[in-house]
Amino acid sequence: MSAATTTNAADRLGIRAHSDGGWDAPSTRTTPVQTRSDRFSSNIHDDFAIVVGTELEWKLTPVAAVRPLIDDALDGSPYAYFVNGSPGVAVEWVDRNDARIGTAGTAEDRASANAWSSFEKALAITVSGDEPVELTLSRSSFGPSARGAHTLITAKANSRAHIVLQNDGQALLSENVEIVVEDGAQLTVVSVQEWADDAIHLASHFATVGRDARFTHVVVSLGGRVVRLNPSVHLSGDGADGELFGLYFADAGQHFEQRVYLHHQAAHTKGRVNYKGALQGVGAHTVWVGDVLIGRDAAGTDSYEQNRNLVLSEGTRADSIPNLEIETGDILGAGHASATGRFDDEQLFYLQARGISEAEARRLVVLGFLSEIVQKIGRSDLEERLQLAIDAELATGTSA
Amino acid sequence: MSVLEVKNLHVSVETEQGTKHILKGVDLVIREGEIHAIMGPNGSGKSTLAYSIAGHPKYHIDSGSVTLDGIEVLTMSVDQRARAGLFLAMQYPVEIPGVTVTNFLRTAKTAIDGVEPSIRQWVSTVNKAMADLRMDKSFAARNVNEGFSGGEKKRHEILQLELLEPKFAILDETDSGLDVDALKIVAEGVNRAKTNTGLGILLITHYTRILRYITPDFVHVFVDGRVAEEGGPELADRLEDEGYDRFLTTDNVTTDSQANERVTSQGPSETSVG
Repeated sequence: MSAATTTNAADRLGIRAHSDGGWDAPSTRTTPVQTRSDRFSSNIHDDFAIVVGTELEWKLTPVAAVRPLIDDALDGSPYAYFVNGSPGVAVEWVDRNDARIGTAGTAEDRASANAWSSFEKALAITVSGDEPVELTLSRSSFGPSARGAHTLITAKANSRAHIVLQNDGQALLSENVEIVVEDGAQLTVVSVQEWADDAIHLASHFATVGRDARFTHVVVSLGGRVVRLNPSVHLSGDGADGELFGLYFADAGQHFEQRVYLHHQAAHTKGRVNYKGALQGVGAHTVWVGDVLIGRDAAGTDSYEQNRNLVLSEGTRADSIPNLEIETGDILGAGHASATGRFDDEQLFYLQARGISEAEARRLVVLGFLSEIVQKIGRSDLEERLQLAIDAELATGTSA
Repeated sequence: MSVLEVKNLHVSVETEQGTKHILKGVDLVIREGEIHAIMGPNGSGKSTLAYSIAGHPKYHIDSGSVTLDGIEVLTMSVDQRARAGLFLAMQYPVEIPGVTVTNFLRTAKTAIDGVEPSIRQWVSTVNKAMADLRMDKSFAARNVNEGFSGGEKKRHEILQLELLEPKFAILDETDSGLDVDALKIVAEGVNRAKTNTGLGILLITHYTRILRYITPDFVHVFVDGRVAEEGGPELADRLEDEGYDRFLTTDNVTTDSQANERVTSQGPSETSVG
């Protein structure tokens, strides 16, 4: 009786070890990774431990749904794609031993390493010359079997390009996209996920941005069952500029996740991260993690990250976790913001007081909220199409 | 001849301290082309009257009626009231990020009229109305109220008033926070709307200053949720000289000091939110 009481006292007083840790068990004491850049990375699948689902990088992901991509063999053969673009861009399959592979990053999770171990050839998109070029790479025939893929995007020094990765149709895909923005280049990469309802897509985008180069990365996720797209951007050259934008609209049962990592490595780099999302319908779940690391050599850095979520119905969940790590005091500024809120009744009242119906008022406010990101895409045809797609998402939610 | 009629209106709001009765039997009749000034101390219920007529969900109608040409307004949704011909120029217009003034005005005009305005004519109408209110053309491309100064917000409210052509407009402290130049521009707009469309106006104000530029036909003094005194424009002059003190009789003092206290205690929290 007294022994039981003693044991329970720990519970009662709340002095037990934290459930996700094991940090203070003397025999197995582990130290958490202190700095974002120290996180374990490897391109070999077996180097990563079996995923149980409570790991920091997986605990917000529906692991059961993505399990085949984490553990199973992936078909890494070349797939069909469609290219629409200017002549100044080369698109070709290259071998695994191509010198460019691995220059922009290394896998940080087991599904990413699985894709890295599996791909037979990488699809290389290379931009050169001084003239601005545009390219849309459409992928819509991955099909239902588990696949791994690798893409290399290189913007040669002083080149200028706008590249859209347009994703539709069925997919069970884990992939890595390496992006190298050489000195003085200006590159925009927009990844649009308009997958079929049952698609599962895990992606890691790795980018390095050279001296005085400018990189804009936009993630647009509207379709798919689970989409997890993690961009890691290293501003590695002095004066590099990185803008990381995201827009997502999760309906009932959809899981959209983005773990953003922006690393200010060099001096006078500027970073802006802005992700905005809407959630509507039971089981809609979004995750945004924003890691910004300002390294010890990144003097004069100017950095700001934010995430805003607009909750349109009951039964949704939005996780929003900004992390800002600063290793030098000599910066221009660094900040972060996160807000998740319901529809603003005062906005609704204002619009209705001008005769606009409630449904139309909601539509205006949501489109307005998301259009800040749509306007950053920089391709008017795509912007118009996405406005319509968001409009359609809203219409589905209203009728459902 | 249009008539807006408020009869024995009782309104309450829910606060953390419980239900608070704000309007305690308001009667008003406003006819087409008339300007009625509602004046009164802070906390007397002036804004509550404005928002109750417009249909803000925060205000609970306990009893009474508001009719527009004999039709009950209080059972209508907010947007139905606007389409029926009511307009509220707000004291604190909210920002609508990502929605441009152009888009907003066209959407509102379409909603009010039931048909989309013909593009060419509409553009020139908007441009003229903006020029009349000395608003720069760049205004049209900005997002609704986002980053607007206090004066710009008020001019934007009057721009809507002129373009949407309601039968009756309630101006909720449109004069507050305006310098004299902006006040004149705003007043011109209101007078123009009255001349052009025979607008009836309920002008809510704490100060008599705006009444130099918009001449009221009737002045109603609001104290503790009721009309305490009514008269012509001369009543406003008297208020300018004497203030509201003589209305704060023993009968009113208790309730009114409570009302003032409520307003005062809200002050800091509003500041911290803003």
